Amino acid sequence: MTMTIISSPHSARVNRVDQVMVQVCLALIPGTAALVWFFGWGVLINMALATVFAVTAEALVMKLRGRPALPAISDYSAVVTALLFALTIPPTLPWWMTLLGILFAIVIVKQLYGGIGYNPFNPAMAGYVFLLISYPVATTSWLPPDVSELLEARDLSTLSFVDSVRLIFTGALPEGLTWDAVSAATPLDELRTMLDQGKTIDMIRESPLWGLFGGRGWEWVGASFLLGGLYLLWRRVITWHIPVAFLGGLLAVAAAFWLVDPQGYPFPTFHLFSGGAILGAFFIATDPVSACTTRRGQLIYAALIGVTVFVIRTWGGYPDAVAFAVLLLNIAVPMIDQYSQPRVFGHGRGERKKA
Amino acid sequence: MSGLRSILDGGGQRKLWHFHGGVHLPDEKGLSNRQPIADAPLPSQLVIPLQQHIGAPARCRVAVGDRVLKGQLIAEPQGYISSPVHASSSGTVVAIEPRPIPHPSGLSSPCVVIETDGEDRWAELPAPLAERPEQIGGCDPAVVRDRVRASGIVGMGGAAFPSNVKLNPGKDQPIETLVINGAECEPYITCDDLLMREQASDIIDGVRIMLHVIAAKKAVIGVEDNKPEAAQALRTAIESAAVGDRVEVAVIPTLYPSGGEKQLIRILTGKEVPSHGIPAQVGIVCQNVGTTAAVADAVLRGRPLIERLVTVTGRAVAEPRNYRVPIGALGETLIAASGGYRGEIAKLVSGGPMMGFRLETDAVPITKATNCLLALTTDESPDPGPALPCIRCGRCAEVCPANLLPQQLYWHARAKELDKVQDFNLFDCIECGCCAHVCPSHIPLVQYYRFAKTESWAREQEKRAADHARERHAAREARLERQERERKAKLRKKKEAVAGGAAASAKVGKADRSTKGTETDKQAAIEAARRRAAEKKATVAKTEQAAQPQGSDAAAASGLPPVDERKGAVLADDPAASRTGSGAGQQGAERQGAEQPVAEGSAAEPSAAGETPAAEGSAAGEKPVAEGSAAGEKPVAEQAAVGETPAAEKPAAEKPAGERHLARRETAVQE
Repeated sequence: MTMTIISSPHSARVNRVDQVMVQVCLALIPGTAALVWFFGWGVLINMALATVFAVTAEALVMKLRGRPALPAISDYSAVVTALLFALTIPPTLPWWMTLLGILFAIVIVKQLYGGIGYNPFNPAMAGYVFLLISYPVATTSWLPPDVSELLEARDLSTLSFVDSVRLIFTGALPEGLTWDAVSAATPLDELRTMLDQGKTIDMIRESPLWGLFGGRGWEWVGASFLLGGLYLLWRRVITWHIPVAFLGGLLAVAAAFWLVDPQGYPFPTFHLFSGGAILGAFFIATDPVSACTTRRGQLIYAALIGVTVFVIRTWGGYPDAVAFAVLLLNIAVPMIDQYSQPRVFGHGRGERKKA
Repeated sequence: MSGLRSILDGGGQRKLWHFHGGVHLPDEKGLSNRQPIADAPLPSQLVIPLQQHIGAPARCRVAVGDRVLKGQLIAEPQGYISSPVHASSSGTVVAIEPRPIPHPSGLSSPCVVIETDGEDRWAELPAPLAERPEQIGGCDPAVVRDRVRASGIVGMGGAAFPSNVKLNPGKDQPIETLVINGAECEPYITCDDLLMREQASDIIDGVRIMLHVIAAKKAVIGVEDNKPEAAQALRTAIESAAVGDRVEVAVIPTLYPSGGEKQLIRILTGKEVPSHGIPAQVGIVCQNVGTTAAVADAVLRGRPLIERLVTVTGRAVAEPRNYRVPIGALGETLIAASGGYRGEIAKLVSGGPMMGFRLETDAVPITKATNCLLALTTDESPDPGPALPCIRCGRCAEVCPANLLPQQLYWHARAKELDKVQDFNLFDCIECGCCAHVCPSHIPLVQYYRFAKTESWAREQEKRAADHARERHAAREARLERQERERKAKLRKKKEAVAGGAAASAKVGKADRSTKGTETDKQAAIEAARRRAAEKKATVAKTEQAAQPQGSDAAAASGLPPVDERKGAVLADDPAASRTGSGAGQQGAERQGAEQPVAEGSAAEPSAAGETPAAEGSAAGEKPVAEGSAAGEKPVAEQAAVGETPAAEKPAAEKPAGERHLARRETAVQE
């Protein structure tokens, strides 16, 4: 891998992997802040835990593989994986589940395939799905967003930092609280349940869980991640192709069904601003290692993720679907790449490639 | 991607297109373009390489001890794709020996070393073909081309392809537009900029001459918008020459590598030079501004190419600026003229930072292709450090001006999957360096591509050599078999004739021969029988006399007399010759040695036809490749072997004698 550069160009390189990763971390700040605002300290505790676990795991595996650990951890890719993972799990998840998820993500999904650059699946999403399948209840028990009316309605108070730490490390709830009292269904979950009960969208919208165009609180989280995503676009860390195609695909299908049956399907923006759609579109589907590399391929890949998200949310067994959709399309990447190669300069427009 | 966008430039309303990708680089031109061109001091010694161009090295015409004058021919071209070399000042030849030359390999090459006498006395120059540029219309284009060739003019943007060849696109290739490359897209380099500012009228004169030579209607000079003074100077020159209806300045957005030949043609005309093709195929000839001015010098003043502008720049040199340098002056004299090095120098580069190659020493001569000596500090050219794993981010594909997938090329090149890497069009890579420049993992991508190209050529060559050997073997076997058959047939005929003479005439008629042969035989037999009957005393000697013509007749009928047979062998070898010709010069030469009388005449011609276009095709890669091509693996010349455009049969036809030199050139290049 180490090869002295004797060839041109002699220019100073303008990009570096660690800088790219740091940009991604920075772009996560607004979304993280919103999550902390609405869901408490648990989010930050999880992020810190996951980061420590991930970096340690990465270093250990590199040692096992007989390679220097420092270059691997100093590219911050493990940190990004850890942060994204921590943002998708509930803020009250026991610490050992976080550890399991991270170990699965870093050791099995990333390093066993050869480390950074070689993993066919998005490690953070694979780790999350691993937990989701193994511990479905724990990984879907979210707190209600910290919106005063909501809390008043249910007579709750938010968890303090100490409460959160204790909850995560010991599983002990503050005195006088029960899980049923602390946790709440996510808007997507609520929507499914209500629709299954035969309620119309208008009836469902009466619920205090609904905000302006998505789940209450969640819509702000989504908007904050959008802000971070725009930052990534501005810094040219990502290009518009994947986010636009992802959200476009999701919106298009959602809109089609909503137009046909406005009472049976939520307004399209609900899909965007509830759950992980925005985070997925800007931060997860854009993971370069597991995404398509050709421009056309990226459009196809991301649009299909958007469609799959809608399909799973609407007819699948899980309320949210971004992780599943991303992983499903990850495996389609080599094929999409193969059939979406650009026309090379000087080659006729109709010319077929041999490859 | 490559949608058209019309941009209004200052001069006209020319529609500009764009190519895929490209990168915006800090242009760093301000370092060296603020001062006028200076004349480099005349060095006490000039080291003039015999090969400064693509093609066969020139053959030295002077000997050690000879006195030479400025502008005197010191080496003549060998073959069509070659170029002469002239003395850049007067003095005495003190050595003819290999010296280090500016080449990525760092190897030495034969040079003529001249001890200058300081008088700088001119030799007698050929008379100008025209006094003024407007009189050029009266000159035969072929004469002008000959003058360009005799003046040793080669592409001065870096490719150093003989210009007369490019100015001879052939009659079946009507040229619509002459594109003049004044883009100078590489950062730091400003010699074209300064040339356009200070010698704009020379450039316009050259444009008029070349328009006449290639019979093109229009010329467009492409200048990047970071050189407004140059564009203005050209416009003024066009105005004063009153050629505004035929010559136009197009200001194009600054974007590396706009100065690549194919990219510039795309920007200015919207046309794409086909893969492996040459600009003439889309009705365009492209020349660098420096070359254009040199053409004017040669045609209007009779001056050969013995000096050029060189930018000495970079932050590791005290006073960056441009010099008018006699070819053969050592780099160190220019560095010294610029106040020497300043601080820590990280790299000395010949050419620009994107495509130039690293020099081991500054004691190498300036050649016709050297446009810049770039002394970079560690800040300007930091060590990119060890390459990290590719994270598949695709930035390389974003910036690739050829719209390739550099990442896929990298994976396959790394795995030495030469077939796959060619499926991904490796040979459309112009080695501009954009991909490596933006790669966040700092992978030396261009190095991988050069490696894969070299490997592919080597394999191709091996395969050709093997095929050639097999075909030669088969041809030889066939020939021996035929000779044997022939011999036996002759023997048999002889025997039969003898037997026929002894036996009855009917027996002869039964002989197993071709119809025609049988008839002849029959007649001969009848005659013999009649004679026998008449004389009644036939001798064996007489019968034999009758049989002799009979035998050769039969052989002629079957088309394989011993003499013709050699020709047959040649024909059998021929396809092999043309197949191998373009790349496997070495084998070609060997073969010529082995089968001299056979190969000499017929075998070489097709090989020349196969080769010239290839060489031209390589020129097509010019600018960006150019420097890269100079770069070590001689991709350009070798690309020849891969390209198989039949475009330039014309030059081959015009100069059939050149072909064996070509074979030699290939040999030289491959070594």
